[in-house]
Amino acid sequence: MSLSRDEVEKIAHLARLAVRPEDLEGYARELSGILAFVEQMDAADTEGVTPMAHPVEASQRLRPDEPNEPDRRDRFQAIAPAVEAGLYLVPRVIE
Amino acid sequence: MQWETVIGLEIHAQLATRSKIFSGAATAYGAAPNTQACAVDLGLPGVLPVLNEGAVRMAVKLGLAIGADIAPRSVFARKNYFYPDLPKGYQISQYELPVVSRGQLEIELEDGQAKTVGITRAHLEEDAGKSLHEDFHGMTGIDLNRAGTPLLEIVSEPDLRSAREAVAYMKKLHSLVRYLGICDGNMQEGSFRCDANVSVRPRGSDTFGTRTEIKNLNSFRFVERAIDYEVERQIDVLEGGGTVVQETRLFDPDQGETRPMRSKEEANDYRYFPDPDLLPLDIDAAFIEAVRATLPELPDEKKHRFMEQYGLSAYDAGVLTASREMADYFEAVAAACQGPAKTAANWVMGELSAALNKDGLEIGDSPVTAEALGGLLRRIHDNTISGKIAKEVFEAMWAGEGDADTVIEAKGLKQITDTGAIEQVIDQVIADHPQQLEQYRAGKDKLFGFFVGQVMKRTGGKANPAQVNDLLKGKL
Repeated sequence: MSLSRDEVEKIAHLARLAVRPEDLEGYARELSGILAFVEQMDAADTEGVTPMAHPVEASQRLRPDEPNEPDRRDRFQAIAPAVEAGLYLVPRVIE
Repeated sequence: MQWETVIGLEIHAQLATRSKIFSGAATAYGAAPNTQACAVDLGLPGVLPVLNEGAVRMAVKLGLAIGADIAPRSVFARKNYFYPDLPKGYQISQYELPVVSRGQLEIELEDGQAKTVGITRAHLEEDAGKSLHEDFHGMTGIDLNRAGTPLLEIVSEPDLRSAREAVAYMKKLHSLVRYLGICDGNMQEGSFRCDANVSVRPRGSDTFGTRTEIKNLNSFRFVERAIDYEVERQIDVLEGGGTVVQETRLFDPDQGETRPMRSKEEANDYRYFPDPDLLPLDIDAAFIEAVRATLPELPDEKKHRFMEQYGLSAYDAGVLTASREMADYFEAVAAACQGPAKTAANWVMGELSAALNKDGLEIGDSPVTAEALGGLLRRIHDNTISGKIAKEVFEAMWAGEGDADTVIEAKGLKQITDTGAIEQVIDQVIADHPQQLEQYRAGKDKLFGFFVGQVMKRTGGKANPAQVNDLLKGKL
């Protein structure tokens, strides 16, 4: 499987990455190379093998339903670019 | 052409846990902005989610109540999209392997027929924060208190055939999650909200038409209005020779119409994949049995018991079991009144519900307790007061003037059962209305009611109606 220039552009957009148009071809080639590398696994016979959801053979540990996080808003907001009235401010988004 | 409507609902129920689904931050509603948003909820680097056992229990509880399969192993996945109230850039949800699948819910249609609605799946996920678009000098304010609140998304099969059916299903599910104690059901606060997938097709067709999704309906009324509007709109489009566009729409309650959401830059491309931060969730039989042991009597079971134990009609039993609070209230009244349960049912569905509605109160906030109402009904059964006077007493009780006996005593409302006293009044009434007496004796039977009315009026409604009838018949 190899990626086209358009597909790279789309993936970059979905990931909100700014890629210069002149770099698209190069990325397409490199990413296609990575896919080809992974594609070698297609040679393995996976008939009857349950797909794995996680590489570690273990199951999720559960936490008791008890609030135990103190309010540390001031500390978190000290590193935020803009705050007001307890809210984090971001460039306007409206749909 | 005859059209058939096809509807499937996705309902998001906020689970009533005390802490978030993947962090130990509190979930209390109405806290100051961002005071319940910890490092995990903020998506700070290096944090890891740890699953809340309470949320898993609640999901299993719903699964058992709808007769669904509980997955022995389910998997959390990342749903990727960018929005400022989702700081991680993905929502942790479940995709291919949800915790609950293949359940069903029985609803009652308007003609009294029962209909079984399939529930495809119910999966656990986290809620996003809230964006506030007003008043921040061109900026958007973000409150992440809600981020990470556990949600159970309950997805129905496209089994619903009208807006009314959709509302009946939604109400039934609303009642169920509250019975189970897994969701407070508060729709104003967004604890229980609905997306509706709507399409139409020629009647008799077995393929589906193109559907639209109406997002974020947060009241039963809006669900009904939005679907009705959308069905009409789609039929108009199709009959005008057009095609329905698959899209997400929003309902504007002021205009009473649905409008397309301003299209996102790309169609939904969430690129789900298993979340490497979370291991698969294993649920064993012991866990399921432990949850099963905590199941309360469910609405349908309670309804049938009410019909058998109290001799109520299916309708009455249905109304009284619509919420657990009302059912408990009714049972307490029935126990306290020492008389027929039907009277208790009538009062709870009649006077009490009307008074609650009028004052905009929930049954749990009723100023007249179930025991107090039972005490009032006891006085009807033992003939201390008539049913009519009881309504007056109830109003006084509602206004906080004390229990039934106190009000009856204070207002002198005790029923007159002394035959002599009633006879005296009857004699006066007859003496004062010779003309009517003559007409009555001449065969104008209708005037009997007139005499009864006069006697009741002179006794302030306190004479025992049955006795008045008997005595009056004799005298006339």
